[in-house]
Amino acid sequence: MPAANALPEKISVKDLKFFYGANLALKGVNLPLYDRKVTAFIGPSGCGKSTLLRVLNRMYDLYPKQRAEGEVLMDGENILDPRQDLNLLRARIGMVFQKPTPFPMSIYENIAFGIRLYENLPKSEMDGRVEQALRGAALWDEVKDKLAASGLSLSGGQQQRLCIARSVAVKPEVILFDEPCSALDPISTAKVEELIDELKAHYTIAIVTHNMQQAARVSDYTAFMYLGDLVEFDETDKIFTAPKQKATQDYITGRFG
Amino acid sequence: MVDLAMQATHAETPAADSRLKALSRFKLSDAVFGALARLSAMTVLLILSGVILSLIIGSLPTLRAYGFSFLTSQSWNPPLEKFGAAPSIYGTLVTSAIAMLIAVPVGIGVAIFLTELCPPALRRPVGIAIELLAGIPSIIYGMWGFFVLNPFLQSVLGSGLSLFTAGLVLAIMVLPFISSITRDVFDTVPPMLKESAYGLGCTRWEVIKNVIIPFTRVGIIGGVMLALGRALGETMAVTFVVGNANRISANLLDPGTTISATIANQFGEAEPGLYTSSLMTLGLLLFLVTFVVLSCARLMLMRLERRAGA
Repeated sequence: MPAANALPEKISVKDLKFFYGANLALKGVNLPLYDRKVTAFIGPSGCGKSTLLRVLNRMYDLYPKQRAEGEVLMDGENILDPRQDLNLLRARIGMVFQKPTPFPMSIYENIAFGIRLYENLPKSEMDGRVEQALRGAALWDEVKDKLAASGLSLSGGQQQRLCIARSVAVKPEVILFDEPCSALDPISTAKVEELIDELKAHYTIAIVTHNMQQAARVSDYTAFMYLGDLVEFDETDKIFTAPKQKATQDYITGRFG
Repeated sequence: MVDLAMQATHAETPAADSRLKALSRFKLSDAVFGALARLSAMTVLLILSGVILSLIIGSLPTLRAYGFSFLTSQSWNPPLEKFGAAPSIYGTLVTSAIAMLIAVPVGIGVAIFLTELCPPALRRPVGIAIELLAGIPSIIYGMWGFFVLNPFLQSVLGSGLSLFTAGLVLAIMVLPFISSITRDVFDTVPPMLKESAYGLGCTRWEVIKNVIIPFTRVGIIGGVMLALGRALGETMAVTFVVGNANRISANLLDPGTTISATIANQFGEAEPGLYTSSLMTLGLLLFLVTFVVLSCARLMLMRLERRAGA
């Protein structure tokens, strides 16, 4: 099904099945995430797109009774391997959530915290890294005078960009966005989308969204999922202009879902 | 104002009329309800001020006779009518401090285990066991402390009835307060917040230390305050094991006394006059100590809040 081309695959999902207890939520999904491209996951609620995202950083491991079968290769290495170091994996694959989740600490500490997990930097260098991360998330100009203020004092849109900065600061290779704009107003949404567009120069990005226009705007590839199956995967332009499957056509035109 | 406007525009139709009647009925019951609620709140204030007032009136003779030296004097001699509160205050603060030193880390540890580490099958039984611990009447802790812990500590440390033993028993008594409140506030941490920290690659310990505990700080301190309040005032269990010796000793293994233990031991034989008044003053002091401790905790909370800038 994937379009024929020679792009390098950062992550390859192979015959992935996922279980919530006895409930099969992903029914054997095959999918590539191309290096430094944005891949959007669309589909009605409950289709498995967020589940797929949570498999990629093994977040499901926190919860007993949830398990995955199949293979997810990142740079050729199976991340579902039980011996996989989860902390390392999650440092390589960052995640931004539906709602902004700033940590209960200052703006500066929100960024420095993640960096400190992996590196022991002197204060001056840390300042540089924090600034760099905040600039990377287009937030620096708005917060540079109040870095000591609580991360919770920012507006929703600023908080979400703070969370993006926090993910970027630990230098991941892949960033997962789980409906990052669902709690944001249109202006903040536009800023986050702009940011995703800039980030793809350096990172492989996967984004789950309910917003068709958003998928069309920000992504290079789109995967349409339905009831735990991957229905169609192709370049975003093709999915939105000439989908091969009737179900995809119906969903993107708003006839169901 | 609103009623008048409604009458003017809608009073013509019968339906609107009956609606107005219903509204005015609601208004009456609302007023009654409001008055009752206000009365309940007033009653609490009234009782509180009544208790304080009677304590103050009761302690006036002592305050007149000894003044400030009642706080610093170490003697407690009913025949000579020489009374001092220093050993009781010292014992109260020391036993509570010991209890907190032991119960706070253990209580928070229990809560962390229950919310973050415990296999789901164990979670309920351990949780229930802790709640049961909170339900045991203090006289049972006292008996257990006297008949079981006392001989045990006597053989191990060479001293059974002491400030330390009292602190230990208090620690066990307040542990369930700390752990069940802390567990409840840990459960309020949004899963997404925890996942974001795990998503950065944090280990469990890092998530607990940097996200869960800071996020729930206020609740944890609240639980600790409640526990401290209980430890300061606890009477029965302490009276059993503290040794009831009216003296100040730097050695924690020596017997001592606490404010509530002194009152409990002596109110029966107290004669009217300075003796009774001294016990009343001790009661007033306990009230003040508790009040000061709770205020300090509150101030600390406010400072923490300001530093977090939230």
